[in-house]
Amino acid sequence: METSTAMTAVQAHEHPRLRELKFTLARIFRNPSAVIGVVLLSFFIGVAIAAPYIAPPKYAHAPYKMPHKGFSPTPKAPSERFIMGTTSGQYDIFYGVVWGTRTAFKIGLFVVGIAGFVGITLGVLAGYYGGWFDEFLMRFVDIVWSIPLLVLAMTIVVAFGRGLENIMIALALVEWRWYVRVIRSEVLKLRNQEFVQAAKLMGVSDCKIILRHILPNSIYPVLIMGSMDMGSMVISASFMSFVGLGAPKGYADWGQMVALARNYIVGPSNDPLQFWYTIFFPGICIILFVLAWNLLGDALRDAFDPKLRRR
Amino acid sequence: MAVLLKAQDLTTNFYTYEGAVKALDKFSLSIDHGCTFGLVGESGCGKSVTVRSMLRVIQSPGVIEGGKVLFSEKADAEPVDLLALTEEEMESVRGDSISMIFQEPNAALNPVITIGDQVAESFLFHRVAEMSQKICDAIDSGESYGLLTPYYRAMLGVAAKNPKAPLLKFCSQVPFLKWWDKPVKKEALQRAIKIIGKLGIANPEEIVTRYPHNLSGGMKQRIVIAIALACHPTLLIADEATSNLDVTVQAQILQLLNDLKKESISSILLITHDLGVVAETCEKVGVMYAGTLCETGDVKDVFSTPLHPYTQALLTSVPKFNQEGELQSIEGSVPNLVNPPSGCRFHPRCPKAMDKCSTDKPELKELIPGHLVACHHADRVIGGLS
Amino acid sequence: MKKKIIELKGLEKHYPVFGGVLKRQVNSVKALDGIDLDIYRGECLGVVGESGCGKTTTGKAIINLHAPTGGEAIYYPEDGDPMDLAKMSNRQMKNAGIRSRLQMVFQDPTTSLNPRMLIKHIIAEPIKEQEKLSARELEKKIVSILEMVGLSRMHLMRYPHEFSGGQRQRIAVARAIAASPEFIVLDEPTSALDVSVQAQILNLLDKLRKELNLTYLFVTHHLLVVKYISTRIAVMYLGKCIETCPTDELFSNPLHPYTHALLSGIPNPEVAAEPNRIVLEGDVPSPLNPPSGCRFHTRCPFCIDVCSREEPVLLDVGNDHKVACHRQDVVKELVKEKFGIEGYF
Repeated sequence: METSTAMTAVQAHEHPRLRELKFTLARIFRNPSAVIGVVLLSFFIGVAIAAPYIAPPKYAHAPYKMPHKGFSPTPKAPSERFIMGTTSGQYDIFYGVVWGTRTAFKIGLFVVGIAGFVGITLGVLAGYYGGWFDEFLMRFVDIVWSIPLLVLAMTIVVAFGRGLENIMIALALVEWRWYVRVIRSEVLKLRNQEFVQAAKLMGVSDCKIILRHILPNSIYPVLIMGSMDMGSMVISASFMSFVGLGAPKGYADWGQMVALARNYIVGPSNDPLQFWYTIFFPGICIILFVLAWNLLGDALRDAFDPKLRRR
Repeated sequence: MAVLLKAQDLTTNFYTYEGAVKALDKFSLSIDHGCTFGLVGESGCGKSVTVRSMLRVIQSPGVIEGGKVLFSEKADAEPVDLLALTEEEMESVRGDSISMIFQEPNAALNPVITIGDQVAESFLFHRVAEMSQKICDAIDSGESYGLLTPYYRAMLGVAAKNPKAPLLKFCSQVPFLKWWDKPVKKEALQRAIKIIGKLGIANPEEIVTRYPHNLSGGMKQRIVIAIALACHPTLLIADEATSNLDVTVQAQILQLLNDLKKESISSILLITHDLGVVAETCEKVGVMYAGTLCETGDVKDVFSTPLHPYTQALLTSVPKFNQEGELQSIEGSVPNLVNPPSGCRFHPRCPKAMDKCSTDKPELKELIPGHLVACHHADRVIGGLS
Repeated sequence: MKKKIIELKGLEKHYPVFGGVLKRQVNSVKALDGIDLDIYRGECLGVVGESGCGKTTTGKAIINLHAPTGGEAIYYPEDGDPMDLAKMSNRQMKNAGIRSRLQMVFQDPTTSLNPRMLIKHIIAEPIKEQEKLSARELEKKIVSILEMVGLSRMHLMRYPHEFSGGQRQRIAVARAIAASPEFIVLDEPTSALDVSVQAQILNLLDKLRKELNLTYLFVTHHLLVVKYISTRIAVMYLGKCIETCPTDELFSNPLHPYTHALLSGIPNPEVAAEPNRIVLEGDVPSPLNPPSGCRFHTRCPFCIDVCSREEPVLLDVGNDHKVACHRQDVVKELVKEKFGIEGYF
């Protein structure tokens, strides 16, 4: 009887994890730039999800292929038919921008997901166990650090052919080194913390110590980095597409669209801004997408800053 | 005895995310000339905030909200309000008439500057005019400082009048000319060696060329004390100066402070949580709780007949040499100063709390001559007696 | 007859120092350099000494948190054969079922509790390692342990940062006793706490020791605290145990000059006349190259020739009192003569 009343008294309070989450969210949303970031991001997510309704694909089997009417190299200004105009080769800019959002998320999630997973796994193991594995891995990371991204990307493209997938693989291959270093240094700090030692004294297995004590306390810097990386990966991929290593011509990718507009950035001498729409729409999308992730990353950094978090 | 330093209604708040932390609430304190005053209290009760407020070195987000800090360097001088001084005037007070020893000698010493330069810096900051005058006199009386003697004489003559003269500032930027202060630096180093030697450190000439990491903890603390004493301060503030040291080293430092008091410094304000240190070195004591002063008076009076329930509880909660029976502890814990308890801040933990305690804030009253207490209960008991 | 629980025979912990181009070992920090000590069942042994003398290292070496590099640490379980902890790995200890019997409470409760775990899970962790319980039984057990340390059911679902320092230390103690240990190393458990809270924790620890029949190794530099809680005291200097005896005996009849210096250095909160104090010259020598002979001879006020040549052994002088000093029979008179100190009460 007494137990049950005590139980209800406990349950009457909200669950502490919920309270903690609220506290963190409150901290994040106190920051105006975070609000801007989240709004921008939810806009992009909305566009990405609703892409088939906003811009119904012409070829159902290949929605990422931008539809085009004619082959004229001269872009056409926004009209009722093409509300953002058409770019060189008569590709519909509006369609490209909408489906390019999906491409951007695909690039970001794939690269950050793979690099993060590999980096976190290796970094935690190296930091926690130390010894020869740590030494070996870190020297290998040093070697990876010396590989220039562009050279690696060109090699992969030469070997496997042009395509967005190959660029994403190239990016993931060089990006994981960041995560290894960051999480390893966090784990090194935690490894000798007293609560980890106490867990060892109780006979808790290494696996449980890593999952219960090490990871939850070291994951936040990686989350922040991942958020920032989502944006910068899109920039890198766009750059690759721009120099001709990435998505093939006509693929709905912002970088590739900027590449198509390359010859029309500056118009004829009597009207230099004649073809502004070819560069403006995909360009602004890249900028806003990166900005959104960076603002979010900054807000996360502020929210998880241990110096500010607790009194 | 004349009053050296008097804080009146000092109020300091820290503005944090959770709200304003009322770290000091109308805090009053007075220290006489030639007295060693011990300020005791638990961590977080505002001991360090007190001195930091008095010296105006509160860090953001702390703000001094009000009050006065009256300081009279000479016994008969008109007191000045430190809180009303400009920052520049304050700089000449800090380190000169009031100086401070910090808890952690490692943090107080710069690891990449030699010990000698660190001690000499204090002279170079506060005593340039005096040292220049001395060197000028020496040159006038025939002493030679090498080829550049006439140049030194001319420049130091200016420095003796006004060490912040524009000419000197200009020359300090010009190659070769900037060496005008060489004799002063030399003199400062000589003085540094002298004061380090005075603190019982063997061969100070060698020590001044070393770096802090070459020295042990006790040595470093001595160097910090040397820096603090360099300009013969009227008031020396020691903020937990012995807390991080071992018992045997603490004994050395306490003895040093005792010797210094006999010789040179006028007053010492000792901040500590160790009641033993206070009992042995101080003449007067102030007991702080949660940003307020609850009891102050002669150490003997306060420790033998404590009137405030907090002081009583604190004294019974530390183990003693001839400890008998179980230690008494104070129930509960130190309150959060964002929402301090109403009335007397100790009342939620006080065994003698009355209704009045939760509503009215007790005033600091002199119930017995020389023994001030802020407590309704003591007020009633003693007041009823007299 | 008192039963031993742990016996240290020349226990050593040397930390290697690497140098040179090929990172060869050039020297070692002798944090523990051959320590002999008996710990008896049910007692609270206080270990005192200055910082860097190896007090904490002793505690950590015994429970195999930092594996010793030499010597023996023999553990006598209540049931079964004695075993040498110094030669066992953590895994071996776990397999022998004694890992959880040796626990530790750390100095600072803010760093010894995982900030992202609820109190419930913190206490549950050691219990789960030992027995499989249903959720209801587990919770019941957790609550009973919390109540033992003066907390209650309402504290279950909270994070460590929601507690005050004293309460956090109670939680750390609760976690240690949840592992149902026999022997607990207490590493300065009160020095990070407020004065007024210190007494609560000391009384709690004392109560638990009696109720659960625990054995403590209480590491501290605060002599009055150790006097209050300990039944026996070991004084350490530079990686060696130099004097051990029952608490009252140490305070009434100290034999080693260093113990005299420690005792006279205690600031006494009771206002008395100007205290006589043995102020030692200089600092603790480096454990990289400890002095020859008696390690204390460089600072000892009564040093004679033999002290710098021969290392004194820990000698039993009766009354369960052991001391390592060449001049132990005359120290008392010397102290009285030179410093005018007769006793420390």
